[in-house]
Amino acid sequence: MHVGTGASIAFWIMAVVAVVSASGVILLKDIFRAALLLVVSFLSIAGIFVTLNADFIAAVQVLIYAGAISILLIFAILLTRDVQEGNPSNRLKIPGMFMGAVLLTALIVVFVNTEWRLSTEAPLDSTTAALADLLFSNKFVLAFEIASVLLLAAMIGAVVLARGEDE
Amino acid sequence: MPVDRLATGCQPLGFWDGMGLWEQWGINFFPRLGDTMCRAMGGATPGGIPDWLIFAILGLAGAFAVVNVAMLGVPYVILLERKLLGRFQHRVGPNRVGFFGLLQPMADGIKLMTKEDITPRVADKLVFSLAPLVFVVPVLLMFAPLPWAPHAVLADLDVGILYIVAVTSAAEIGVFMGGWSSNNKFSLFGAMRVVALVVSYEIPLVLAIVGVVMLTGSLNLAAIVEGQRFVPNLLWQPLGFIVFMIAVSAELNRAPFDLLEADSELVSGFHTEYSGMKWGVIQIGEYAAIIGFSGIIATLFLSGWKGPAPMPGYLWFVLKMGMIISGFIWVRATIPRLRVDQIMNLGWKFLLPLALINIFVTAGEILAYPDGLPVWLIPVNFAFAAIVVAVAARLLGIQGQPRQVVPAPPVFETMASS
Repeated sequence: MHVGTGASIAFWIMAVVAVVSASGVILLKDIFRAALLLVVSFLSIAGIFVTLNADFIAAVQVLIYAGAISILLIFAILLTRDVQEGNPSNRLKIPGMFMGAVLLTALIVVFVNTEWRLSTEAPLDSTTAALADLLFSNKFVLAFEIASVLLLAAMIGAVVLARGEDE
Repeated sequence: MPVDRLATGCQPLGFWDGMGLWEQWGINFFPRLGDTMCRAMGGATPGGIPDWLIFAILGLAGAFAVVNVAMLGVPYVILLERKLLGRFQHRVGPNRVGFFGLLQPMADGIKLMTKEDITPRVADKLVFSLAPLVFVVPVLLMFAPLPWAPHAVLADLDVGILYIVAVTSAAEIGVFMGGWSSNNKFSLFGAMRVVALVVSYEIPLVLAIVGVVMLTGSLNLAAIVEGQRFVPNLLWQPLGFIVFMIAVSAELNRAPFDLLEADSELVSGFHTEYSGMKWGVIQIGEYAAIIGFSGIIATLFLSGWKGPAPMPGYLWFVLKMGMIISGFIWVRATIPRLRVDQIMNLGWKFLLPLALINIFVTAGEILAYPDGLPVWLIPVNFAFAAIVVAVAARLLGIQGQPRQVVPAPPVFETMASS
């Protein structure tokens, strides 16, 4: 498929911003700023979805990740004391490095061994209806319903935990 | 939007077609400006200027125009609010600068720009400076898919209303940044109250939209306006309208939901430490959000740029927005601020069930009459909405916990008795 110049430029801007801000999340000592950079990373990934003609997914990415998850994350940080102290290193340095190395190796192996194919089909003009058809048809309706029941269970669990025993 | 679609020929943006509305008025100001520019620059023909550059230039120009329309509205919404609040309180309101105080916004702007811009010594300076921008940018992004007149849309998004919900939810990050970086407990409390408020009211807000989307079968705002063929959606969705209006005033942090900057408790919430033009930018963001949300209410429930009399579409649209803004100001002048627990009860026990009932009833109506709803459903809808609201309010009143009366400190008692 032919990729337009404009789309390539947009992709590279978004990709660089996403990677730089994601590294910032890991490297910054200041947790609050790290959380803000995480939001930037989420937003640029939403931008990449737009260049892929996935407008619905892009909007949902902004709504759920940048709008909801990051706000809860920042809320948790605000409730934490001594945020300015940052994230001091602890005794788990060596296991952490080991796990990181394993994960990186696995990712590189998968990346190298995957056959990257480009779809020849033209992108859909309107993705929302197509997504709804897939989600509510026989194909994925079971997964969809199971996911919603799971979320409901999590919500009820949270309510039970928050209420305590004496009520 | 999809870059591919824009790379076709010489009609890059729907917005520029809308400029034909100048022709309607006999003012040949921008006759098919986009078309002309596109041709002049070589269009999509090979050898000319690349099409993505044309798209970028036209997009930026359109964004500039729309943002400026919004920005022009802000000072006059502020003036309208001050004037109307004055009337509601038996005052005159600003009337010294210019005729009827019409130049008051200019004076305010000059005052703000020349005021000292103070950054607290212990603040996180970078985040503190960025916060007003992060607060205002999502609000301005909201104006992109609003249809001002037939075809006058900057970005004709398929996911229009979802985009608006998504983008506006990001504005709260600016609130957080301001509240946290100020290094001040009042700012932080203000910011924390926002989360509770926004997380609770975002849900009924979105669920109230669902009814309209089901009636139209599209998320596209222009399609939603087109879908309101004979009567505005308000008549089919009275319950959804009530829920949406209440949720929007919570989302805008306006009275009676202005907990976030409750002046008697928190100085002024997350922007306590802001001064000068940074405070001005936050203020612009708040009032631009009022304009934007009233545009959305006008589009979703009041049939947008359509109207019964032959008047240009954008005039109808602005008129409806003005009515809704005045309504918000009226509410602010009338209803006292709610307590935190009352707000939570209202959100979770009143608005959320009403929004869900609305979805079920609307779905049932659409299933029963797939070829368009009959007219007699309108009074039925209104009666049903009134009954449901009355019952829910009754239940809420019983469930609401009685307020604990805290005895006043003696100094206040002596003041009261003297």
